[in-house]
Amino acid sequence: MTDHSLPDNPARRDFLYLTTGAVAAVGAGVTGWSFIDTMNPAADTLALATTEVNISSMQAGQSVVVTWQGKPVFIRRRTPDEIKAAQDVPVSELRDPQTDAQRVQAGKEEWLVVVGICTHLGCVPLGAKPNEPKGEYGGWFCPCHGSVYDTAGRIRKGPAPTNLTVPPYAFSSDTVIKIG
Amino acid sequence: MAHGPREPFDNKIVEWVDSRLPIFTMIQKEYGVFPTPKNFNYFWNFGALAMVMLVTMIASGVILAMHYTPNAAMAFNSVERITRDVNYGWLLRYLHMNGASMFFIAVYIHIFRGMYYGSYKQPRELLWIFGIIIFLLMMATAFMGYTLPWSQMSGWGATVITSLFSAIPVVGKALVTWLWGGFSVDNPTLNRFFALHYLLPFIICAVVFLHVWALHVVGSNNPTGIDPKGPQDTLPFNPYYTIKDMFGLSIFLIVYAFLIFYAPTLLTHQDHFVPFNPMVTPAHIVPEWYFLPFYAILRSITFDFTLYLIVAGVAGGILIYNFCWRKTPCEKTKPFIPALLAVTVLFGIPAMLLAFFKDVEALKGVIAMIPLANIHLIEAKLGGVLAMFGSILLLAVLPWLDRHPVRSGRYRPWYRWTLIGFVVSAVILGYIGSQPAEQPFITIGQLATLYYFGWLLVIVPWLSHNEPVAKLPNSIHEAVLADSVKGGKK
Repeated sequence: MTDHSLPDNPARRDFLYLTTGAVAAVGAGVTGWSFIDTMNPAADTLALATTEVNISSMQAGQSVVVTWQGKPVFIRRRTPDEIKAAQDVPVSELRDPQTDAQRVQAGKEEWLVVVGICTHLGCVPLGAKPNEPKGEYGGWFCPCHGSVYDTAGRIRKGPAPTNLTVPPYAFSSDTVIKIG
Repeated sequence: MAHGPREPFDNKIVEWVDSRLPIFTMIQKEYGVFPTPKNFNYFWNFGALAMVMLVTMIASGVILAMHYTPNAAMAFNSVERITRDVNYGWLLRYLHMNGASMFFIAVYIHIFRGMYYGSYKQPRELLWIFGIIIFLLMMATAFMGYTLPWSQMSGWGATVITSLFSAIPVVGKALVTWLWGGFSVDNPTLNRFFALHYLLPFIICAVVFLHVWALHVVGSNNPTGIDPKGPQDTLPFNPYYTIKDMFGLSIFLIVYAFLIFYAPTLLTHQDHFVPFNPMVTPAHIVPEWYFLPFYAILRSITFDFTLYLIVAGVAGGILIYNFCWRKTPCEKTKPFIPALLAVTVLFGIPAMLLAFFKDVEALKGVIAMIPLANIHLIEAKLGGVLAMFGSILLLAVLPWLDRHPVRSGRYRPWYRWTLIGFVVSAVILGYIGSQPAEQPFITIGQLATLYYFGWLLVIVPWLSHNEPVAKLPNSIHEAVLADSVKGGKK
């Protein structure tokens, strides 16, 4: 008769417990990840769309709002005054220090392209339409929590932590901007 | 739960069931003869009222879900169809919409009751924590339900609240994309919110079960905060409190019915009746009234936590710990107290200037001279989110913030008035939350936020050791008799 009170080799039994446990943990982890990842953007959502905008009819001081990846993008043709105001700000005064040159493309200082989503909590700031408030720095004003952006889309006041995002874009020609 | 010897029932069917599963014995024990303090006032109605509202919300919600379409293109119209075309759809929708408000009214009064009469204190700490968990689950459920009609307020409310998580360092952005299932609040977001809005109420039911179970283990608190000492202090739950709850419920339902039938949209913003447009944010985003105080706390943190603020906060925190949380300062800290005071003041002044006086013209020159002003460890956005969640999570640890031996606010003259102040600060915050983010509302909101946190973190711990102990009655019975003599009743 065998003695069941102790396994022949306790170390072997421990090894089996640990490997079984490890396999179960990995299995649960992998299965769990599929549950979590299913909530991430699906392939069709990820299929990146680019947006082309014809800007030939825009006057200085005018803005348009276009849709890119479901998000609004502001394109503003800035007036010389607005460009000067943006360039003259001492960078050290800014919460998210960036020069105007870092926000626009060289030689195309007239055109400012930013994602129209406040970096605070995702509202669309006002200021793209003529009758909307532009805030005290002449750029945009977010009505939700009072963030104020300047004519380079930089945060100047209020709770937003960073400047309006500049999306990847290129000038396909002098009159067409391709965003994305 | 109901084990041990069992009294047989006369009814044969009842007895057949009960001898196999003693559910009737359990109901009899927990809701029939359950010994309950005899001095409850009407504040003790609100637990039962919240329960009634939970059942009402689930019943009306299940039926609404049969008519609702969780698709971004169709959701708004399906809700309008419920209101206009579905038989009694208007009634179910308004029951559900205003039911959320009535549920929160009941729960807020219930929480106030717990705070005023010290119901959170030993041995009811776990019971209290289950309550706060229920409150948090209710907030999540209500928020997701608000998204479902896919109106301007729905979509933008969802955008603002989900974006809160983007404040978390490193993983924030990825987390928000994960919550959305895309790059903005869109159809995938609506789908999952609907699934969760249907699921969470049943999780609430499970936690309510634990809450009530814990209550029936330790028994109810009462207005005197004194434990019942014998049969002269208690009454059987039925019929005394079943009747009292029914009376309270009748009054409560009159208010609820008034809202449904005469002012169904009184508590809702008109932008809730405009379809969601992801390109245009409404001029004025406000959450439902029951979230306003927390929303105001979120918006009150308009300043980054600079090096100065953190250092002053840590030094001040050590002082508060020593003089408010402890009865006497810790011996080891004593020699450093003058130094800590100096640090608090020296760092506190530039911290205050940077946080609150940046826009004052006269001070601009002084503020520009402060070195290292741009170093901040917590950005305003993250600070706001932490403050908002902290304002609720701190309530969960109230049993450990308040260590005063007396439970009821009736016998705590200082606690009582500072608690009323806490309620006033919450009401002020609620008003501020409904106003645009501009002066003077910002400053008023910041002061109310200061009192909210100051009460929890400074006043209550200090009172624990310094509030005089009033003479308590010897028993509930004695307190009730003294009341009747004073009131000229017999």
